[in-house]
Amino acid sequence: MNLNATLIAQLVVFFILAWFTMKFVWPPIVKALDERANKIADGLAAADKAKADLALAEKKVVEELRKARESAGDVRASAEKQASHLIDDARAEAARIIAAAREAAEAEAGAATQRAKEALRDQVAHLAVAGAEKILRREINAEVHAELLSNLKQELH
Amino acid sequence: MATEGHAPTASEYVIHHLTHLNNTGHAQENIVDWSVINIDSMFYSIVIGALTVFLLWKAASKATSGVPGRFQGIVELLVEMVADQAKGIVHSAESRKFVAPLALTVFVWIFLMNAMDLLPVDLLPRIWEGVYAAGGGDPAHAYMRVVATADLSATLGMSTGVLLLCLYYNIKIKGVGGWVHELFTAPFGNHPLLYPINFAMQIIEFVAKTVSHGMRLFGNMYAGELIFILIALLGSTATVFGFFGHVIAGSIWAIFHILIITLQAFIFMMLTLVYVGQAHESH
Repeated sequence: MNLNATLIAQLVVFFILAWFTMKFVWPPIVKALDERANKIADGLAAADKAKADLALAEKKVVEELRKARESAGDVRASAEKQASHLIDDARAEAARIIAAAREAAEAEAGAATQRAKEALRDQVAHLAVAGAEKILRREINAEVHAELLSNLKQELH
Repeated sequence: MATEGHAPTASEYVIHHLTHLNNTGHAQENIVDWSVINIDSMFYSIVIGALTVFLLWKAASKATSGVPGRFQGIVELLVEMVADQAKGIVHSAESRKFVAPLALTVFVWIFLMNAMDLLPVDLLPRIWEGVYAAGGGDPAHAYMRVVATADLSATLGMSTGVLLLCLYYNIKIKGVGGWVHELFTAPFGNHPLLYPINFAMQIIEFVAKTVSHGMRLFGNMYAGELIFILIALLGSTATVFGFFGHVIAGSIWAIFHILIITLQAFIFMMLTLVYVGQAHESH
């Protein structure tokens, strides 16, 4: 418990150590700490930004989906319209073709009837003449009775 | 110790352990003698001081702002702790550039010097006795105290360093005129009749701060060392009671002492910051 020159020596050592720490220890460590703090701050900021970007992207996705859905609906509507148009056209065409066919068939049938009637008329006239021939047992002069036959033909109409 | 065929008595053992190795070769006789220097205190404080700054420098030289290792982590923890305390106490960024590293050094240095108390109390002194005897000396005069902070000269040396810092910052911050003005007008006020009282109070304050600063650390470590010596004496009785007493008391005291050495190092550092901080404040 005595005082001696150790006091002075210790005082000098004290300042030398403090000086050394100030010069070579403190600055690099504080620099590293500050740099790390900045890095962490930057990282957190980047994370926040990424989060905001993600939210924005999600919003965009929803918007795009909505648009796509809308345009798909449009496409479907126009396709349906076109399809119904095509069907209508086809139906009209078919009706037209059927009508034409029927007309043609009817005309054909009319003509055939006419021809049949003509043939029948001729045959009936012949039969009538033949019948009359048999009944009268004599030959009828066709030229003499042409008027009569013609009248008969008229009547068979 | 064990010279002339007899073991030392208890009081001889204690006195032997409490005597410094100095340049005179025997115990200091006067209370204050500036021609004497304690070689053991200087040796241990310089070796431990060098170790302190080496460890800190090693951490600093490899410091990276990336992921820190464990060693860098613990040093960073200390630096952060000291920097935070310094920021709260010393309100001058310019002064902190020196004061904060000083506080860090003081904390680690004193902690390690205090931690020498946890080594077995006879270990280093006994080795020294062997070396001294091998060199032809009388081991009874091979004194060695390993805890530099249990040397009043050493602790008062450090607290005087803090006093010098306080005086320096008083003059630097307030100017010579401002500081002299404060010396005579604080704490009681600006009146010619109060000048002597104010000045006396200021001087008492500086002396009390410095002495209590050094004495606190010295007292705690000296008492701790003394108790380790007494516990070792208990063990030297070589009885069952002595053996178990030594083991149990030694363990308890050593564990408790971990708290004391840390706390005293922390208190010394904090008071250094507080005193320097006060030097920055005007009354």
